[in-house]
Amino acid sequence: MRKTLIRPTSRRSLLRGLGAAGAAGVAISILPRRGFAAEEKKLNVYNWDTYIGETTLQTFKEKTGIEVQYDLFASNEELFAKLKAGNPGYDIIVPTDYTLADMIQLKMVEPLDHSKIPNIKNIDPDPVFSNPSFNPGLKYGLPYMWGTVGFGYRPSKTGEIDSLAAIFDSDKYSGRIALLDDQRSALGFALKFLGYSINSTNPDEVAKARDLLIKQKKHIKTLAGDNGQDLLLSGEVDVTMEYNGDIVQVQAEDEDIAYVVPKEGGIVWIDNLAIPTGAPHPGNAHAFINHIHDPEVNAELTNTIQYATPNAAGRKLINPDDLKNPAIYPPAEVISKSESFAPLGDALRLYDEAWTAFKAA
Amino acid sequence: MQDWRKNKLVFAILMAPATFWLVVFFTIPLAIVWVYSFGGRGPEGQTLIRFSFDNYRRALEWIHLGIIWKSIVIASITTAACLVLGFPLALAIAFAPARLKNVLLLLVILPFWTNLLIRTYSWIAVLRERGFLNFGLEWLWNQADWTLTLFGMPDLMGDFQPLRLLYNLPAVVIALIHVHLPFMVLPLYATLEKLDKSFLEASLDLGASQWRTLFSVTVPLAMPGIASGVLLTFILSLGSFLAPDLLGGTEGLMIGNLIAHQFGPSRDWAFGSALSFLIMYATFIVLWIRSVVNARSEAGAGL
Repeated sequence: MRKTLIRPTSRRSLLRGLGAAGAAGVAISILPRRGFAAEEKKLNVYNWDTYIGETTLQTFKEKTGIEVQYDLFASNEELFAKLKAGNPGYDIIVPTDYTLADMIQLKMVEPLDHSKIPNIKNIDPDPVFSNPSFNPGLKYGLPYMWGTVGFGYRPSKTGEIDSLAAIFDSDKYSGRIALLDDQRSALGFALKFLGYSINSTNPDEVAKARDLLIKQKKHIKTLAGDNGQDLLLSGEVDVTMEYNGDIVQVQAEDEDIAYVVPKEGGIVWIDNLAIPTGAPHPGNAHAFINHIHDPEVNAELTNTIQYATPNAAGRKLINPDDLKNPAIYPPAEVISKSESFAPLGDALRLYDEAWTAFKAA
Repeated sequence: MQDWRKNKLVFAILMAPATFWLVVFFTIPLAIVWVYSFGGRGPEGQTLIRFSFDNYRRALEWIHLGIIWKSIVIASITTAACLVLGFPLALAIAFAPARLKNVLLLLVILPFWTNLLIRTYSWIAVLRERGFLNFGLEWLWNQADWTLTLFGMPDLMGDFQPLRLLYNLPAVVIALIHVHLPFMVLPLYATLEKLDKSFLEASLDLGASQWRTLFSVTVPLAMPGIASGVLLTFILSLGSFLAPDLLGGTEGLMIGNLIAHQFGPSRDWAFGSALSFLIMYATFIVLWIRSVVNARSEAGAGL
């Protein structure tokens, strides 16, 4: 996922960001909650690894005097598990759409005060961003970055790939395919290929997707937890299901790598800035969200991490090459066919059992 | 040794830290997991506390029993291989000259100084298609090809096709053997080291061959060590999580991975707890059988 950005620039930027923030350590202790207006000039941010601009934290401190303590998580599951038993002291978290939806249900996030975030006007007015189904009216969070799940592949070995048939109805790439080791993504692609929704809660449809995966299992070399782009880069596989940003990052190292969202549609995700319940510095957190959506700050951030920004004003200022890159900003017709994950509630068990059956087959 | 009843206070003070540690960091968490195992999963992944056997019923479904069975088979193969490799090794160390003994033992323990994650990852570098093993094979292949060309048979062998050594069960078993071998060698060594060598001399003096002595005298005498080593290796490899996850590809699903999955993406801590306890119950039963067998054989020896 977005946790394995290995470009040296971003590693450095992370360190510099930490230095600028004067963070003594990444561990966060339980901080007393301040009920009065003047919050101490501190903010505890919990974000994905290498998912921040080179100067984002520095300019935030210059503007507001607030020091950022920066801490990292590697998956939505980790984020959820850490906050499940109560907020350990974070002010800002960055959950993905379906995780945010669950957190809203469980009252793990606080409603935002939009009057404290004037830059909300910069958010793309497209309802996908300004009024998403998982977070109506942006009540509990603002979009941070968005992207897709599709295929990274090596054109010199595979030729052009544009369809899910490459993995679900073909033995052409037998033994050269990696799928994401994520039940919802892998089964979601199978559902999509069969013409169903990635959020299907129909047991028959999920069963068909399971049978399809089991049928194709012999052609699949491995399940990539977090390293599909590395498997592709090292020549271990020629086709890998991956997050677009991960593939864009290795494209910088190897020109013979392409990314495509299958024509049947892929998975679109949106990460969100949210304030967890019991945040010690909610005022500062609002200021931080506002800062992220400042057009210039947002452009610098987006240029660094090369994901797609939902900030329309910032998009005008970013590197034009990135804007033209279909791996980062896919064409509208691709997006219209793609879907986002919705929380499944109790139906998640269908996927769980299907996934176990696939792995045990 | 002094009886603890005679000096209760001293023993109480000495035992307090360990007891505290075990209760706070082992017994209580374990009790919580046990309570969870009767609970349920809320629609957003909350753990609901209630009392039902649903999770156990689910854990005993065929598919899960199949995964447990597969884990038992993998653990058995690992244990058997460790025994076959470890016994001669332990024997050699036990009978090595004193000054060599410590060095050899150190070599056995040395891998422990490297993190388990690194030891497991290193197999990726060895086994993958562009890994060390395939590089070595490719070199040999090219040498052979070159030699054949020299004898007027060019292009007979064609290009080297790397072997698919990674992302399958053999890769998992290889890594598990590597990781668990010391757990077999150390108890074996401890037993063989203490073994009364005069029994072996007697056996040889009385005309038994080396092989006969090994299988009729040494192995039976080493039985306690073999039992500890087998039990330790088996239990540890049964719960393996890392090796199947990293090296198993689509085939790598052991019970440990299934449990981890319940605590992660499935957010079904209750079911995960039930699976964990199922393994724990099974382990307890094995240990209980062992102690019964031990008690019987001791009683038998006493007669």
